[in-house]
Amino acid sequence: MTRPGFVLEVDDRTPPLLVHEGLGFRLEEFPQGTRVVYPPESLPTVPDVDEAIREALDNPVDSEPLRELMFPGMRLTIAFDDLSLPLPTMKAPDIRGRIIEQVLTIAAEKGVDDVEIIAALALHRRMTDAEMKHIVGERVFRSFAPQGLLYNHDAEDRSNLEHMGMTDKGEDVEINKRAATSDLLVYVNVNLVAMDGGHKSVGIGLASYKSIKHHHNAKTMVHSRSFMDHKHSEMHSSAWRMGRLIGEHVKVFQIETTLDNEVFGKPYDTLLKREWEWSLRDQATVLGLRRGLAVAPQKMRHKMFHDLRSNYGLTGVTAGAVEPVHELTVQRVHQQQRVKVEGQSDVMVMGVPYLGPYNVNSTMNPILAACMGLGYYFNSYLRQPVVREGGVAILYHPLDEGFNTLTHPSYVDFYEEVLADTTDPALIGPKFEEQFATDPWYVHLYRTSNAYHGVHPFYMWYWIAHALDHLGDVIWVGGNPKAAARMGFRSASSLRDALEMASSTVGPSPSITYLRNPPHLLADVR
Amino acid sequence: MLALEMYRSVAKTALGKVAGGRMPLLLTGAAAPLRMVTLDPPKVEHDGWARLKVSLSGICGSDLGMLSGKTSLYFQPLVSLPFVPGHEIVGELLDPCGDLDAGTRVVVDPVLTCAARGLEACEACARGETNRCSRITVGDISAGLQTGFCHDTGGGWSQQLSVHRSQLHAVPDGYSDEQALLVEPVACAVHTARRAAVEPGDRVLVSGAGAVGLLATLALRELTDAGEIVVVAKHAHQRELALEFGATEVVAPSETLRRIRRATSAFMLEPEMMASPYLLGGVDVALDAVGSKESLQTCLHATRAGGRVVLSGMPATADLSAAWFRELEVVGTYASSRGSGDFATALDLVGHDGMCRLAKTVAPYPLHRWREALDHAQSAGRLGTVKVAFDPRRTN
Ligand SMILES: [Zn+2]
Ligand SMILES: [Zn+2]
Repeated sequence: MTRPGFVLEVDDRTPPLLVHEGLGFRLEEFPQGTRVVYPPESLPTVPDVDEAIREALDNPVDSEPLRELMFPGMRLTIAFDDLSLPLPTMKAPDIRGRIIEQVLTIAAEKGVDDVEIIAALALHRRMTDAEMKHIVGERVFRSFAPQGLLYNHDAEDRSNLEHMGMTDKGEDVEINKRAATSDLLVYVNVNLVAMDGGHKSVGIGLASYKSIKHHHNAKTMVHSRSFMDHKHSEMHSSAWRMGRLIGEHVKVFQIETTLDNEVFGKPYDTLLKREWEWSLRDQATVLGLRRGLAVAPQKMRHKMFHDLRSNYGLTGVTAGAVEPVHELTVQRVHQQQRVKVEGQSDVMVMGVPYLGPYNVNSTMNPILAACMGLGYYFNSYLRQPVVREGGVAILYHPLDEGFNTLTHPSYVDFYEEVLADTTDPALIGPKFEEQFATDPWYVHLYRTSNAYHGVHPFYMWYWIAHALDHLGDVIWVGGNPKAAARMGFRSASSLRDALEMASSTVGPSPSITYLRNPPHLLADVR
Repeated sequence: MLALEMYRSVAKTALGKVAGGRMPLLLTGAAAPLRMVTLDPPKVEHDGWARLKVSLSGICGSDLGMLSGKTSLYFQPLVSLPFVPGHEIVGELLDPCGDLDAGTRVVVDPVLTCAARGLEACEACARGETNRCSRITVGDISAGLQTGFCHDTGGGWSQQLSVHRSQLHAVPDGYSDEQALLVEPVACAVHTARRAAVEPGDRVLVSGAGAVGLLATLALRELTDAGEIVVVAKHAHQRELALEFGATEVVAPSETLRRIRRATSAFMLEPEMMASPYLLGGVDVALDAVGSKESLQTCLHATRAGGRVVLSGMPATADLSAAWFRELEVVGTYASSRGSGDFATALDLVGHDGMCRLAKTVAPYPLHRWREALDHAQSAGRLGTVKVAFDPRRTN
């Protein structure tokens, strides 16, 4: 179900449009004829969240009710998505916490006392106590964390990994030992984009590098079209093979949730409205925000944005067997995010905001910005990319937020050493990946500090492989020229300059599509 | 004859106060301890000495250090004021000298040892370790560790000086004066490479890609079985030369520690406050070819326990905690030693392709443009020059 009015053609009455660029945004005058794709408005939300959760646990898809899967003396493990979802962090209480509370209530009623709760963070950074507490809620945190029963998954803890075998394609399936040896594994998910969930939850979230490397590589990722359509994604095919193998060893009860599009709470909610519907008051708000941001030092802008919590509403919760549950989830995500777009264009324009899955409470360095634009947004399509093959992507981001050495230590080395050598994802992997993945210092920081795994920047770069393969040129408006050049891109100071630069690739009067992210939209390109 | 003369020492403390960060101005401004003068050509009336007409004479980092007052007061008794600086010298003999005919083109090994001073060889000289001579302040000539720091002999920054047969090496035909000029600094680099005692496959860090660092890189590559040689360079042209001279990898100063950490799978620790980070693990041998506090600190902090830190060029003060805790060998390397034939090896090495290219970039100045020349030498790295020299034959 797509609603009309989401695709707009710029004419002489169209006001300047909002474009996000890191810790700020600009109002941009697009050339007449530019096609603007707006994310759909929010779907209706469930009226009573706790009731909806109860309903899902009692009436699961292709599974007995959760209550009936529990018995005294059993080993129960609950795993949940980490802080990379949703974006921005949702206002307390987090939906995952509310679900976990109900699962725990049922377990208590059924006399289950061997329960552990694991953050399925794969190779992401460990969460701090405060971040963990925000997700599971104060009560769960206090009952489990002090006894060591609520913890971050550790993909490098050899003694707590279980090799479950190989898929028929020779892929190692190795996941968290506690999860693998449980009588029941309950997975609590948040689905912000269609890419997440399904067999990706357990199969990747609780896996080790040895297992993940089979699908997180340049070759697989360049053949994943689109990531938002798990049936056309090589990465997903691999995760699905692994997931089915896992299912033969451990009973997985999957709980998936979907959210609406209310990503910005007050006073930023104006940013979600369409410019031609702005009231005088909205215009004043935007102007005030822009003035404030213009004079605020970087640190303050960072705080302004990263302290922001969203008003997400729950559009649905489904529980049961992984695959049918995920089918329903994907349907709902598509319903919320899909916009019908007629045909490809020569140029696609995207604003890259301050936040992506991998810089929650941290900085969006140039590699993450590239991944956000060319990994996430570029890949947010069904059928075919918004921009034609050989076309140009124009992105907005300053590319200068700096590398946070606490959360992203290996990124600095990747940027300085690997990208200085080559930016070709296919060459980078064989030459450098293993060294970074096994570097004892990165392993140490991943396990004991709050650092992303050493291999993580490689995944970011592989993820943009499909875009690099498809596009004729990538130009960053307002991007630090040195950083752009290091990544093999160009930079321009204005949209006009960027289009001038693009003209050598797509001619002097290209067709242009502007994807007005965020919130997330999924372009269904016919 | 025309000469540049260092006529008073500059107390480091006094200078430090006035100078702030503006060394070049002090070097060449009104307060400079250097002046252009007309002198009688120096003549040492003892056996084995001859007059040398200067063709080219280089400006070395140690000269700049001396002139800007950065040099430790330690060296003050080892020189005799006033003196004519210049110890990288190529010239033509005006007199026959032992077995060398007048007119022979020679390069000078500047160290003034027992032989030049008319003394019985001291223990070091007797072993051929001439750069360790303990008699450099006595004998037939005034105090001075080298030609270029001694009142009686004169130095290269003039039209003429006195040299002793023990210091001379004939320049083979086919070498340009500029190539010959590089023989002395290369000989020092050869000595440095020996002192570094690199084992086959050792990982080496060379901090600095000025003349000292580049030549040390060449010597390490040609004379040892070093594995990776990582060179720290600030400027693009230094990067290219370093690679040409045998560097495996060239890194920017700000990247050094991280790159070494990665290459050696070391752990990196960051002390609180302003202290610099350091590695547990690191290279086998690190060579400070800058002589700044930062460079020396990087070397000490990037070397594995039990490794070696080589001081090539006059060192700055640094925190020696790592040397103690990591049991580092801190090794000095001064000039070159005759017993191990460093000059002969250097004469071979200046035939290297990269050296021929480097020789073509030597920037010559007439003596009267000394302010410009010193200014240029001071910012040589930034300006893309490796060696600035005086050519007393030039009038402009
Ligand atoms: Zn010297
Ligand atoms: Zn002696």
